[in-house]
This record gives sequence, structure tokens and C-alpha cells, in this order.
Amino acid sequence: MTWTNVVIQGVLIGGFYALFACGLSLMFGVLKVINLAHGDIAVVAAYVAVFLTPHLHLPEVWAFLVVVPLFGLIGYVVQRTLIQKSIDRDPFTTLLVTFGLSVVIENLLLEIYSANGQVVNIGSLISQSWHPTSIVYISYVSLTVLGVAVLVLALLQLFLSRTGLGRLIRAVADDREAAQLSGANYRHVFGIAAAIAFATVALAGIAYGMMTQFAPTSGGVNLLFAFEAVVIGGIGSLWGTLVGGIALGVAQQIGAHINPQYQILAGNLLFLFVLAVRPQGFFGKKTAFA
Amino acid sequence: MSEALLEVRSVVVHHGQLKAVDDVTFTLNDGEVLAMIGANGAGKSTLLRTIAGLHRATSGTIALNGRDLAKMSPHRRVQLGISLVPEGRRLFSSMTLEENLRVGAYHARKGPFTIDRIYELFDWMPERRRQRAEQLSGGEQQAVAIGRALVANPRILLLDELSLGLAPIVIERIYALVPDIVAYGVSVLIVEQDVAQGVAVADRVHCLLEGRTSLTGVPADLTLEQIDHAYFGAELSPTPPPGAVAP
Repeated sequence: MTWTNVVIQGVLIGGFYALFACGLSLMFGVLKVINLAHGDIAVVAAYVAVFLTPHLHLPEVWAFLVVVPLFGLIGYVVQRTLIQKSIDRDPFTTLLVTFGLSVVIENLLLEIYSANGQVVNIGSLISQSWHPTSIVYISYVSLTVLGVAVLVLALLQLFLSRTGLGRLIRAVADDREAAQLSGANYRHVFGIAAAIAFATVALAGIAYGMMTQFAPTSGGVNLLFAFEAVVIGGIGSLWGTLVGGIALGVAQQIGAHINPQYQILAGNLLFLFVLAVRPQGFFGKKTAFA
Repeated sequence: MSEALLEVRSVVVHHGQLKAVDDVTFTLNDGEVLAMIGANGAGKSTLLRTIAGLHRATSGTIALNGRDLAKMSPHRRVQLGISLVPEGRRLFSSMTLEENLRVGAYHARKGPFTIDRIYELFDWMPERRRQRAEQLSGGEQQAVAIGRALVANPRILLLDELSLGLAPIVIERIYALVPDIVAYGVSVLIVEQDVAQGVAVADRVHCLLEGRTSLTGVPADLTLEQIDHAYFGAELSPTPPPGAVAP
């Protein structure tokens, strides 16, 4: 029974990893850009939720209503300016630029908000949970985050497969030049993809702040987990990212159950194992976002 | 010739240091089929891609209805009515046949071509519309690529090496469509290594040799020797045949 709980906790945290990672996967699949500032953007979103939305007299639980659209807009603008400029130079530049962005963000946050841990305050909701048995406990917050992750991935999948703009995003991911020849302004499409990536990772950042403490440097480790989720699940597959996130979460919880020091190690071992045995990931395909 | 739909004047295009297209001038009129022929590396595809906006011309002008296209990106040119069917088909391989057409139709101009019209033109398509593009045969993929360009309702359709990698019977079938397309009021610019195919459907022929114009004319007026000479260069025949433009 203890193991049941371990697996359940792994699945719950896995949903968060998937929510965190889907934007990373989208940016890589469509723009071919690995956004090294992805984790830091989530942290900025959490800080905005904690320090700025109270000025709007909005409870922190509902901060996402403002923060998510705001970060979508920021994503579009950052893509059309900074990231597009570096794509135009050469693909390697995007790594340097997003890494630089990451450093700048972390240091600005340290400067403004210090290194103290913060939380997105949701009151007594944080401690409430459901106990189906004496050993299994399911936190409502974690369950909600998992539900939100599944919902976001489902909506994203629907958007990509059923709408004209979604198809355009997939077309650009498949073959940028052919998409241009079909009348697509690929820079605009890149901007839309970045907007989605920023918006989803902002949501993940707020969820993170609800579940645990965060600090200016929290982005890095989450970026690592997001990478692992994407690679395990297979690049270019949204449902793969969910499965990858859950697999990573379960592996970490099993490791932690054996010895709390083994949590991250167990996740990394799974990641390396998948890379060695099935480098394209569980659901990996040659082309992205089918 | 002031009424030309497309006017290409003294266009030079470089690939790095290499001068791929060297001072090429021609016009395409409304409802006309022009075949650009020449050997591998003659600069035909580069010229076509430059017209579509994928390459920048080093010098010279390309104008549509007198409007200079120099500063326009490929997607703007599609909206103005220039659609390229690229070499090698370049379908969106993760998408179905119908999704490929829908991408083409998303930014379409107004005009006669709809996805349903494409399905009439290629009657095998409707029942296979949910198949992945990569599961289609080469000839079928070429048809989808043409359909994807047509649903944008171009005024000028640029066809790049349609015959590449296809069986002769399939090539013939695809070229048989060109008159149908022209009947809708579309002008067609064909780039082709397969001289017989190009010459058979074209109103006029423009031959390139090492980036330069080596011959232009109406197919009926040209002899096979003239075309061979223009296609392969001077070393094949000792004296330049009449009608050939000195490179």
C-alpha cells in the first residue's frame, strides 16, 4: 500500500512537470529553439503573482487570470524581438541569448526580491487533502495542478489539430520554407508558439509557487526536470510530455522513498536509461506535433 | 510587352560567391505557359525561388503587374498571387492530405480554387484525404503539392522540377493537368530538366545555361539541335546555330 501512495504522489508531481515542460517542447518543436530561460520565466510569473497582482486587489489564487495572458503577450514580444533576432543570426546564438536572459532574470529577481523563499499564498487550501485509505493521501492542490495540466495539454492538442492557426504552427514545425510558400508569415507563427509557451510556463510557475517555496534561482532545477520530461516522453508529442512527466515523477518518488537523497538521482537515471534504450522517447516521432 | 503579368529584368542571384543566375530577363503574360529549361545547375530553380521570395536578387528587378517585389517576403508574394510548388514536393509530412490543402487555403486569395475544386481535379483525393502525406506515392504527393499551391488561388503558378523522381507515365499525367490549370486563368512558369515535357506544354521556352539565357523562343520555331545546343553549351556543336542568343 505504501508503494501505491508513492506512485500516486509521482503521478501528481508528474502532471506539474508536464505543465512546466509543454511550452519547452513547443518552442523546440516549432522554433527549434531551446529556451534556457524557460524555468526563469516561470519563476518571474510566480513573483508577479505574489508581489504585483495584490495591487489589483486580486486574491493570489486567481492571479493566473492576469498573469497568464500577460505572459502570453510578453512571449510574443520577446520572440519577435530578442529571440527572432538571434534565430536570424544562427541557431547557436539562441542558446547564448536565452542563457543570458536566464542569468539576467535570476540576478534581477535577487536584486529586487532578495534570495528569501516565497510562496503563492492560497490560504488553508494548501493543507487540505483527501485520504481514500489510511496510507494514501492526495493533496487537493496537487490534484488540481494535475487536472489543469491534462486540461491544458488537451486544449493545446485540440488547438494544434483542429484550428487553422494550429495547423499553421504544425506546418511551420514540419517545414518552415514550405509553410512560407503556403502564405504563412513564419515569424508571426513563431510569436504565437512562444506566446503559448510563455503562458503555459507562467501557469506552471504559479502552480509551483502554490505547491512549494520558490526563490530567484528555482528556475534551473525545474528546467532540468522539464527537459527530462520532454526527452523521456519524446520531443514533439504533447501526450508524450505528460507521460514523460509522470514517468519522471514516479521515478523520483520511488527514489525518494528508498532514500530521500535519491529523489533526483532516480529521475536522472530514468532519463539516462531512456536516452540509451529509446533515444526518441516513448512517443517520439521524426516530425513534431502530429 | 508593357502588359506583362510578371516581368523579370536583368536579374542576378548569387549563392555565396557563385553567380547562380546571371542577368536573366523575361516576361510572363496572362494565361501563358513558359518553360524554363536547362541542365542541372543552370540556375533555373534559383531563379524560381527568387521569384517566390526565398532568395534575394543581387541586382535586377522582379515586378508583378508593374509592382516591384524586391522587399516582399514569400508569404506576401503568395497573397499577391505568386505560388511556388517547390522541388521535392515538400509536403507537411506529419499532416494528412486534407490538412496540407487546408494550410494552403488558410491565407488564400479569392478565386476559383477551393479544396472541393481540387478534389474534382484529382478525383482520387477525397477517399484518401485522411491519409498522412508521407504515406502517399511520389506522384500523389506531387499532386497534393500542386493542389496546396492552387488553393491559394495564384495568378502565377511556379512549378519546380515536377518530374523529379517520378515514373514517365505519372509525369505525363501531371503535365496533362497544366492546360486545365491555365483554363482557370492561371499563368504557369515551369522549370524542367526534362526538355520534352517542358516543350510539349509550353507556349514559350526559355533556356538557361550556366545562369545565362542561351535561347528563347516558341517551341514550334525551335529545332531539337538549337535546344540541345542551348541546353548543353557550345562544345557540342562547332558553330552557334541561328536563333541562339550569344551568352
